[in-house]
Amino acid sequence: MTATRLFGTLAHRAAILCFIAFALFPLYWLLKVSVTPNDLLYSEGVRMWPSRTTLDHFRFVLANSEFPRFFANSLIVSGSTALVSTVLAALMGYALSRFQFRGKLWLAALLLITQMFPLVMLVAPIFKILSPLGLTNSLTGLVIVYTAFNVPFASFLMQGFFDGIPSDLEQAAMIDGADRFTAFRHIILPLALPGVAATLGFVFTAAWSEMIFALMLISGSEKATFPVGLLTFVSKFSVDYGQMMAAGVLALIPACLFFLLIQRYLVQGMTAGAVKG
Amino acid sequence: MATMEIRSASKNYGTIRVLDDINLEIGDGEFIVLVGPSGCGKSTLLRMIAGLEEITGGEIRIDDKVMNALPPKARDIAMVFQSYALYPHMSVADNMSYSLRLRKTDKPTIAEKVRDASSKLGLDALLERKPKALSGGQRQRVAMGRAIVRQPKAFLFDEPLSNLDARLREQMRAEIRKLHRELGATSIYVTHDQVEAMTLADRIVAMHGGHIQQVGTPLELYDRPANLFVAGFIGSPGMNFLKGDIADRCLHLCDGRTIALPAEMPATMGEATLGIRPEHVVLSPAGETGLEATVELVEPTGHGIILHLTLAGSVFKVLTHDRRWLEPGASVSVSFPTDALHLFNAEGVRV
Ligand SMILES: Nc1ncnc2c1ncn2[C@@H]1O[C@H](COP(=O)(O)OP(=O)(O)OP(=O)(O)O)[C@@H](O)[C@H]1O
Ligand SMILES: [Mg+2]
Repeated sequence: MTATRLFGTLAHRAAILCFIAFALFPLYWLLKVSVTPNDLLYSEGVRMWPSRTTLDHFRFVLANSEFPRFFANSLIVSGSTALVSTVLAALMGYALSRFQFRGKLWLAALLLITQMFPLVMLVAPIFKILSPLGLTNSLTGLVIVYTAFNVPFASFLMQGFFDGIPSDLEQAAMIDGADRFTAFRHIILPLALPGVAATLGFVFTAAWSEMIFALMLISGSEKATFPVGLLTFVSKFSVDYGQMMAAGVLALIPACLFFLLIQRYLVQGMTAGAVKG
Repeated sequence: MATMEIRSASKNYGTIRVLDDINLEIGDGEFIVLVGPSGCGKSTLLRMIAGLEEITGGEIRIDDKVMNALPPKARDIAMVFQSYALYPHMSVADNMSYSLRLRKTDKPTIAEKVRDASSKLGLDALLERKPKALSGGQRQRVAMGRAIVRQPKAFLFDEPLSNLDARLREQMRAEIRKLHRELGATSIYVTHDQVEAMTLADRIVAMHGGHIQQVGTPLELYDRPANLFVAGFIGSPGMNFLKGDIADRCLHLCDGRTIALPAEMPATMGEATLGIRPEHVVLSPAGETGLEATVELVEPTGHGIILHLTLAGSVFKVLTHDRRWLEPGASVSVSFPTDALHLFNAEGVRV
């Protein structure tokens, strides 16, 4: 009995370890290449860690490339997209969760359908729409497009969180003298913070790594975001892997920071004690 | 403090009618208790009064003002939810003061009112705690405190004690009674609990299937139930019913035996139901006057004994304080004091 249980635990742990290793290995490789000097990159064969390490790639990327600008552009675009999408999704999710209205089913179905199209199909029409408006080659244009693509899923995400909050709570607030929107702000939103954090994180990372639209809608390096910027390390004749990976490592930092910032809200259990239980 | 009037109010969910033609007048300071089986629309009626649920038809007036289209905040009503619905991210004090803060009451007044309410409810030591660090009874009290910090026109209670254990319920019941005497506020109270209904109510409203069955003081409902439903619902254990035909001033049971009826009851009326409360049945040793029946089951409750008899093919309950008939299988005679009999016609309406 205990032997089988021990075996079960071990197998369980081993499986988790395997998964973590599998998931994290590319990141490890990214880090490894970014600190490998150029002359060792091809000469040492496949090794887990180079015999000599260097920070030259990072120095070069930060000082001599356009990377800091890509980085700033990406921050602006992803940050704004996350903010705008989450606000819209919170309102939408609340409506989906609490109200019965005509056409609700259709609306939900439509939202789902938008998620089924491969984005590539939409590049040309969207370009056609945005270009007369002067929104191509502009960060605002990107924010609009990203928001449009992220709001449906984010709304469902938020709806799920609102569904988990008993509607007795806002009704109690309304009886206490709040109108619905005040009740939403004072009572429901604070309790939905884990959901808001998760949505912010989800949209931020989606926008942060988006490539197709950034590539198609932006020309030139002035407005390029970082995934597009990475391509500048690919020249006609060679790929500068060291610098590219160094840029990649740097690009991981904001995403990590962002999640560090919101992880406190990702903790569940905020609604404990609200109602009997 | 306020009067309230409900005029032929009804409620539909889609095409389903859950409340129909509800009429009720509530006087200033009255304590009304709504009782009825699960799903009969008690909560729905309460929520319509509070403004949380739209009114499909009819009118609800508070102090002679029609409330139908007004949002909850304009009705100035306090409500205690069955789930308590405390704000989990606020301390007990903040929970109680939320309504005052919304009304931009100044700080000293808020502090004073919260202190008042918390000392009334014995919450002084808990003011800084969050709801999740409270016991069920304490949460219930906070919910009550949240309602009494402001002086609303009326209080609504939706089964506020149903989550508490029996002892605590008894204690809270007394406190609610006391609070009502102090505040004198018009109150509507929903409950499943017989004892709560009987002890708290100035008047009881018995509901069934979306209709009001009877409105009256607790003793009126107990003494003169308007129909079979109320007769069976009020009182515990519930009233016994004997079906039969009435002829020659007698009820003829299906097994051929008869029960003599008092002079004020009709001599002939065909199919009818006779009701008698378990506590009014008189027991005597087998062979003496009355109907003979067999004891099937004995339930001692401490302050009394509930006997389950079989009479005319159905269960017949007797509440007695006499310990002579504790043996299942024993034969007893039951007889009925004539002033304790209730007669209902074939439609179930009191005669
Ligand atoms: N949102 C809704 N949609 C459709 N039907 C509903 C809705 N809410 C309540 N009902 C129905 O209305 C009827 C009355 O419900 P209500 O909650 O008022 O019952 P209740 O008397 O309070 O019962 P309980 O004692 O179990 O709380 C029930 O039959 C219920 O199924
Ligand atoms: Mg109910």
